[in-house]
Amino acid sequence: MTDTILVPPRHTAPVRFTRAQLEWLPWLEPLAVDEMTERHRASLVDAARLRSPYFRLLARDPDALEARTRTDKDIFYNPDAGLPRAERELAAAATSRSNGCIYCASVHSRHAATYSKREADVQRLLDDGVGADLGERWNAIVAASVALTATPIAFGPEHVDRLRRAGLDELAISDVIHAAAFFNWANRLMLSLGEPAASAEA
Amino acid sequence: MTMPATDVDVIDALLGIAPGSLLDAIRARRPEARTQAQATYRALFAPDVPGNVTTQERFAVGAFVAGLHGDAAIVAFYSNGLGASGASVKLREAVDAAVASATAHGPYGHYPAGPLSRENVTGPTFRVRPEPRSALGPRLAAAFEHVHMLVFHPRDATPDALKSLLDAGWSTTDVVTLSQIVAFLSFQIRVVVGLRTLAGNV
Repeated sequence: MTDTILVPPRHTAPVRFTRAQLEWLPWLEPLAVDEMTERHRASLVDAARLRSPYFRLLARDPDALEARTRTDKDIFYNPDAGLPRAERELAAAATSRSNGCIYCASVHSRHAATYSKREADVQRLLDDGVGADLGERWNAIVAASVALTATPIAFGPEHVDRLRRAGLDELAISDVIHAAAFFNWANRLMLSLGEPAASAEA
Repeated sequence: MTMPATDVDVIDALLGIAPGSLLDAIRARRPEARTQAQATYRALFAPDVPGNVTTQERFAVGAFVAGLHGDAAIVAFYSNGLGASGASVKLREAVDAAVASATAHGPYGHYPAGPLSRENVTGPTFRVRPEPRSALGPRLAAAFEHVHMLVFHPRDATPDALKSLLDAGWSTTDVVTLSQIVAFLSFQIRVVVGLRTLAGNV
């Protein structure tokens, strides 16, 4: 087997953070649809992901992919109390902004804007960065996400206190921790296995 | 020696979570995230289908990633796992030596040329020194150089970085597994540190 690096087709690389829909081009060969076993297909969890080169690449290690996706879904979609969906997405967008994952930030800033209806604040996070003033509750969530994203980790009791003062209970604070932690997982895969591309008409 | 028991929830164990404690109650509200984070650990460190990446390689990378984050309990867990995988004293010392020469503060890195260039932050590019290199061997030495980038400056990722892994004998599927190990640990370590801080047990 001679594995090789893929050379992406000519494309426009995004040079700023954006809420626009982006594409993602792999640097390694995803599985071809017709060579995927039942196990590979099941690891996608959502059948629609068969169209995604990112998920067909990760399907090369199907047990890791399936467990990753089911972890992701519970952290972001579990409706049982805790942090509102919009703010879980804010933590994901802030983490992606801090690590510098333009693709991940595009997806999760769209979600944060959709669920919060605060498009201008979300856009400020993208344009001005993680120091943007978004009001104290969002500032506290962004600061906690950024501190947790630092290596070595800079998250401390002062971040927990600030989140409590902003009105978050313990489950909501745990949701901030999990959302930021999960995007430290996702950002590293997206950034290192391929690259974003602006859609043709953008 | 025996491997770490794979039926023990690693995040619970690292946090010393007792039944009925605050953290037990919080984790119970996101049961699928708890179960599937553990399933990911199993898929990456005790896989049903081992593939080409050996258990020793998996724990060597785990011990290196944990060492770069510097949390003593997590370092001890993955170092013990490396010992249990049958690693020689020489290899374990080489991992420790690599950690000692690889510390940095992330996230740093570069953006595509354009308006984000003013946010570029330079930092070290890690190269394994000659002495640990001979004990690590070419496959793990190439992996550690990649892992350091993933941990500290993932936005510097390039296709050439993946080419270095392929050249050192990692297949495309092996690279997916390696990337998942580093990305998953970036999550697991942050959940542990974050929840420990939340519980005030610092």
